[in-house]
Amino acid sequence: MTELTELTLAGIRDGVAAGTFSATEVAEAFNTAVADAQEALNAFIVTTPEAALEAAKKVDADRAAGRPLGKLAGVPIGMKDLFATKGVQTTAASHMLEGFIPPYESTVSQKLWDAGAGMLGKLNLDQFAMGSSNETSHFGNVISPWRRPGETTPLAPGGSSGGSSAAIAARLCPAATGTDTGGSIRQPAAFTGISGIKPTYGRCSRWGIVAFASSLDQAGPMARTVRDCAIMLEAMAGFDPKDATSLDLPVPAWEAGLNPDLRGKKVGIPREYRIEGLNAEVAKSWDDGIAWLKDAGAEIVEISLPHTKFALPTYYIIAPAEASSNLARYDGVRYGLRDLPEGANLQEMYAATRAAGFGGEVKRRILIGTYVLSAGFYDAYYTQAQKVRALIAQDFLKAFEEVDVILTPTAPSTPFALGEKRADPVEMYLNDVFSVPASLAGLPAMSVPAGLASDGLPLGLHLIGKPFDEAGVLNAGLAIEARAGFHASPAKWW
Amino acid sequence: MSVTTEEVARIAALARLKVTQEELAAMVPELNGILAWVEQLGEVDVTGIAPMTAVIPNHLRLRADVVNADPLTGGGIRDAVLANAPAAEHGFFGVPKVIE
Repeated sequence: MTELTELTLAGIRDGVAAGTFSATEVAEAFNTAVADAQEALNAFIVTTPEAALEAAKKVDADRAAGRPLGKLAGVPIGMKDLFATKGVQTTAASHMLEGFIPPYESTVSQKLWDAGAGMLGKLNLDQFAMGSSNETSHFGNVISPWRRPGETTPLAPGGSSGGSSAAIAARLCPAATGTDTGGSIRQPAAFTGISGIKPTYGRCSRWGIVAFASSLDQAGPMARTVRDCAIMLEAMAGFDPKDATSLDLPVPAWEAGLNPDLRGKKVGIPREYRIEGLNAEVAKSWDDGIAWLKDAGAEIVEISLPHTKFALPTYYIIAPAEASSNLARYDGVRYGLRDLPEGANLQEMYAATRAAGFGGEVKRRILIGTYVLSAGFYDAYYTQAQKVRALIAQDFLKAFEEVDVILTPTAPSTPFALGEKRADPVEMYLNDVFSVPASLAGLPAMSVPAGLASDGLPLGLHLIGKPFDEAGVLNAGLAIEARAGFHASPAKWW
Repeated sequence: MSVTTEEVARIAALARLKVTQEELAAMVPELNGILAWVEQLGEVDVTGIAPMTAVIPNHLRLRADVVNADPLTGGGIRDAVLANAPAAEHGFFGVPKVIE
């Protein structure tokens, strides 16, 4: 029998339902894998083996009693440590929230437990989800399970959902939650040879997710296959009155609707994404993707998204602006860290607490955000950025009058080494060049593995869909998955 | 536009972030690098374009006027609310003295 940790989410769900193995056996196998890898990969901030076992035992008991099983019955998952989990430390990978034990459960995580999933632990991430390499966590870097052949250089698992991507690629969990503000599901998925989808803004409730940039933040699943993403997204999505921007729409049967036949579909290739100096292997994998979608029956259409080059600077005004406002809540009064120097007054306590609790990248973004929102600069920066954002969204809407889905690379390169891009913040920001525009427009977008580059590391392809058309994105992803034949996994060294 | 050390110090004060002189010295060129890079947005012709207010059209809902309709967001949970406070006394959040 295949090792249980090699199974996909669908394989585990079906095997548990059929009685091929028990949910408890699955949970035990993954608990062991998690424990064995923790020191080397640092993918988890806390592990919760007892929670995984408890959920599994309940599923086994339900099955024995003939009770109906949930969509994710028997599937142990990793939970990004940005989701509040009742009774389990939730930190956003920050010192500020170290020791914070939520008295409530986030909507998305609750839905997953209700569907029968169990929690293996809370996954490491970039601090407050700010970063593209998982180097800003207060709890140490996540190390990618991938290495260049013959090398031991530690590589970035991508960010901010880097614990999620590393854990799935290393077979520590079959699936995990991610959140995506400018590419935080898709770029780490591409860096580790897995799949991940950010649904349309509003599909998944933001209630109980530590806020970064509220007009961009969206939760989504990460897993090894497109089907697994569809299954998990069905369990995560749905209307929640506790989130003012939650979409009041029924959740489509995404798994049942999967169909890799793209005949009659048009795929747009945006010419502005052929950026100057585009990595030749990334360009080659994009061409492969075009050929695969053509083979699946789609018509390929060149399109123009004229404001593409302004997406990143727009994002790096809007996201820090919203972050500076959202992170104002960390004041050392109601929860989290308090630093009260001898004789300090209230204002001094705020400033000392925030200086001690936030990491460098978080402070940088708070300062940028505070600056662009400050009197005298608000119109020049923030209002201008929101106008350009409207133009970027219009570009997409115009393109979608002609095409059904858009294909681009996910990231401009294969994974880089930890520390390689730390010196210049702007250079790190450029890593999100292909993922940010869809975030600004609130569109569903997915990364699927395309193959390995000559350095032996994974490359991802990126699909952007119409608002609410996760199905179109998943189907195009499925067509690529079927043709890319990507079965590589990192050789175990940990 | 670029910022001086004094301006960064002022922004940090607005953001209630205590920064040392060394941190300030390091932040000024970093912030100027980022600001110089976002400057290119000024090139975009935005005549007649309204700033985006909602990325996906949605309407603001009103909830039914029912007390504690959802116990997760309802009241009467003082101790749970205070449970994570760094200093809670007599059922209140504790802060340094604010009245002289």
